[in-house]
Amino acid sequence: MPEERHPKHADQHAKPPEPSPAAEETAAVVAVDTAGGAISPSAVPATAQSGKLPGGPDTLVRKIFTGSGMVSVLAVLLALFIGGLLIASTDKQVGTTSSYLFARPADFLSAVWNAATRSYIALFQGAVFNPRGSGLAVQFAPLMETLTIATPLITAGLGVALAFRAGLFNIGAQGQIIMAGILAAWVGFALHLPLGLHLVLVLLAGIIGGALWGGMVGLLKARTGAHEVILTIMFNYIALYFLRYLLNTPAFQRPGETNPISPILDPTAVYPQIFGSQYRLHLGFVLAIAATVLVWWLLNRSTVGFEFRAVGANPKAALTAGINVSRSTILVMAIAGALAGMSGVAQVAGTEKVLTDGVAATYGFDAITVALLGRSTPWGTFAAGLLFGAFRAGAVQMQIQTGTPIDIVLVVQSLIVLFIAAPPLVRAVFGLNPRRKKPARAGKSQQAATTGGAA
Amino acid sequence: MSATATPPRPGQGRPGSAPESGDVQATSGKPVVWKTPVLLTALGLVAFIFFGLMGPGQTAKFGISTGGDFFQLPALEVPAMSGGIVLSILMLGLAAYAVYLKTKARPAPPWLTIAFTVLFVAAFLIWVVGGARTPSISLAGLIAGSVTLAVPLVFGSLSGVLCERAGVVNIAIEGQLLGGAFTAAMVASLTQNPFVGLLAAAVAGAVVSMVLAAFSIKYLVNQIIVGVVLNVLVSGVTGFLFSTVMQADKEKFNSPPGLDIIEIPVLSSIPIIGPILFKQSLVGYLMYVAVVVVWVGLFKTKWGLRVRAVGEHPQAADTMGINVNATRFWNVTLGGAIAGIGGSFFTLVAIDSFTKEISGGRGFIAIAALIFGRWNPIGAFFAALLFGFADNLQSIVTIIGTPVPSQFMAMLPYLVTVLAVAGLVGRSRPPAASGIPYVKG
Repeated sequence: MPEERHPKHADQHAKPPEPSPAAEETAAVVAVDTAGGAISPSAVPATAQSGKLPGGPDTLVRKIFTGSGMVSVLAVLLALFIGGLLIASTDKQVGTTSSYLFARPADFLSAVWNAATRSYIALFQGAVFNPRGSGLAVQFAPLMETLTIATPLITAGLGVALAFRAGLFNIGAQGQIIMAGILAAWVGFALHLPLGLHLVLVLLAGIIGGALWGGMVGLLKARTGAHEVILTIMFNYIALYFLRYLLNTPAFQRPGETNPISPILDPTAVYPQIFGSQYRLHLGFVLAIAATVLVWWLLNRSTVGFEFRAVGANPKAALTAGINVSRSTILVMAIAGALAGMSGVAQVAGTEKVLTDGVAATYGFDAITVALLGRSTPWGTFAAGLLFGAFRAGAVQMQIQTGTPIDIVLVVQSLIVLFIAAPPLVRAVFGLNPRRKKPARAGKSQQAATTGGAA
Repeated sequence: MSATATPPRPGQGRPGSAPESGDVQATSGKPVVWKTPVLLTALGLVAFIFFGLMGPGQTAKFGISTGGDFFQLPALEVPAMSGGIVLSILMLGLAAYAVYLKTKARPAPPWLTIAFTVLFVAAFLIWVVGGARTPSISLAGLIAGSVTLAVPLVFGSLSGVLCERAGVVNIAIEGQLLGGAFTAAMVASLTQNPFVGLLAAAVAGAVVSMVLAAFSIKYLVNQIIVGVVLNVLVSGVTGFLFSTVMQADKEKFNSPPGLDIIEIPVLSSIPIIGPILFKQSLVGYLMYVAVVVVWVGLFKTKWGLRVRAVGEHPQAADTMGINVNATRFWNVTLGGAIAGIGGSFFTLVAIDSFTKEISGGRGFIAIAALIFGRWNPIGAFFAALLFGFADNLQSIVTIIGTPVPSQFMAMLPYLVTVLAVAGLVGRSRPPAASGIPYVKG
């Protein structure tokens, strides 16, 4: 066998592969991220968290054009562009003009442009500002709808982001929302308590429900070493079937109803609407802002948060440094569950006011993309939640006005996250890859800086 | 040899990090732990109390032969309560043996867990049927139905086996199944030829996989992230095209001709085994072929040895002259093609048209089967059968009317998987380098 491989090797020696700058950069990122292949990479690359790129001088211009913020913006643009192509590809006008594409290419191009922009304009009008509304209140109604939909996205996204920072993949926001919804809804419709106290208890019940469901994953992971991705996926389904079971029991099913739907929550148990009854926007949004501040403080100013990040950056080093990794794992999953639980409360006590088996919609899964887009920072997640909330709200209007299916939002969302996760690809598409100036030595010193920044 | 050319992962900036890659595996070779014996004992006690002592008083009747069989076997009749007691005592015996082995510091052998699982499933089945309004089911139908429902799961978990054995985590199985189902429906409708549809499904699965491979190998994006996102992407694209293209002209785009059931004469009328092995669609036969081929390929060929080396210790494989990233890329692509074929089962065999989210989370059950089957094609096959069985039992249970709510039956595969990853399967260990990108130093 050695004889067989020999020539291949000689060949490899003959022309050592010349690493491209982009490959070199990604290699450096991975090296930081996996401690040289010794551990699984953390959910969010350490380099992405600190926002610094290894290699290359940090001039202001380069920072602006190749920094993570720019990559995010370009990723969104690129995703919207591809989404636009997809919309155009199924458009009737585009189809007719493509039949005489070579005779009059301008017709074709304008049809493509029209198809895509028409949908996106409708999306914008449905998400932010509707100029055809009568009066400012109606014109800004879409924005309020965006904020309403963003509320559960933000809190669940924070839960996912927090777990990411501790090196854990919390795919289980969906299940945590459901469990929180079950408990919160039950407190909301089965108990009859005075105003104020009732809502506090509903909120607490939801948070506890989410925290227990998330904490259980943390406990199983810490005690048995089971992988949290598998556990959370399974827990999502268990929660969903549990909810479906409950909605068919007398304790949860609305009396006289054959559909699986709970009674309406007491008026004392629901979030008050912030800007009056004309908008669905409720107190949950304010709580989502508070949660963002809290997570920011937790991650950046508290000892517990420091431990989370240390475990996320390198569990072995954290263990050596005397951090209780098991405790950290359980705690971070419980807090992540509690945050997702707030989304469950926002759904049952704010937006829906009842419990159905669609209580979590797809918020739990969208939360993953929200956290990824937000680079797992609290305010990034907040902004990403707003953006995806806008997509969701606008897509409804877009479907009504232009007939473009809501699914396009899924496409754009997932493309955004894919592109953001691969900055070299985005920079290559826009021709922004750093020129190969500084050799690997510069990269080395940068790496030390980024690792330090992450820990 | 290339170790001299590539010094141990330079430029990592963490002194002493290189040797560590070796001791990661060492942690998995822990001494025998208590969790398996304890779990088996607990489950045995649960079975003894619920299936035995509190078991239903009726006699469960299992039909074995169907009308078309060429010899008839009498139906199996088991008094539910005594059956439950006998089986659970056997289970407790196995649990006691596991405890005994533990005291001698020896791990429970694989056959013990398998035998325990079989006994538990049997006891559970007797309990469910014995407690039903009409305590009689056709065992042949139950098993044949389970195999049918397991087909996409088997393909999906084989895809996972191929990817993970090469060191790439494949969470995108759901997307590969869905992409395969969509493409199969679309292409088969357009060409009016199910075989072209089948081929197209394989290509679609492979394309989804190539995206996974490109992002995780070339751009070194975390593989779990890519997988999760790809599921959303495929769901979005297929949903979008379904709403726009397929809905507009169902006749043209969404009425695929199905793959017929091919019945092998004589052999197909053997009771129980006949319908399972010799009365399947082309996809069903391909499933058996795929399981055997993947197993032989991975464990009996040079190619398989290389793939596993890449998944366990890429640096060593690289040193031996194996192109780690190319191996990974083509394995992931092949895995996607297999999952794509599995997806075609939905639209070419099970149902004759595509609907949104037709795969309905089966990609995730396939991942569960992969883990429950310990990253082994044969193991994954039987795990998928078990989950198909649970799925089938769920629908049968609602028909014969049992005290168990169908939602709990539906929950079962997921609960079993949680138990599995938490310890029932003993030391279930993924390939060591699974999920870690490889960068040549």
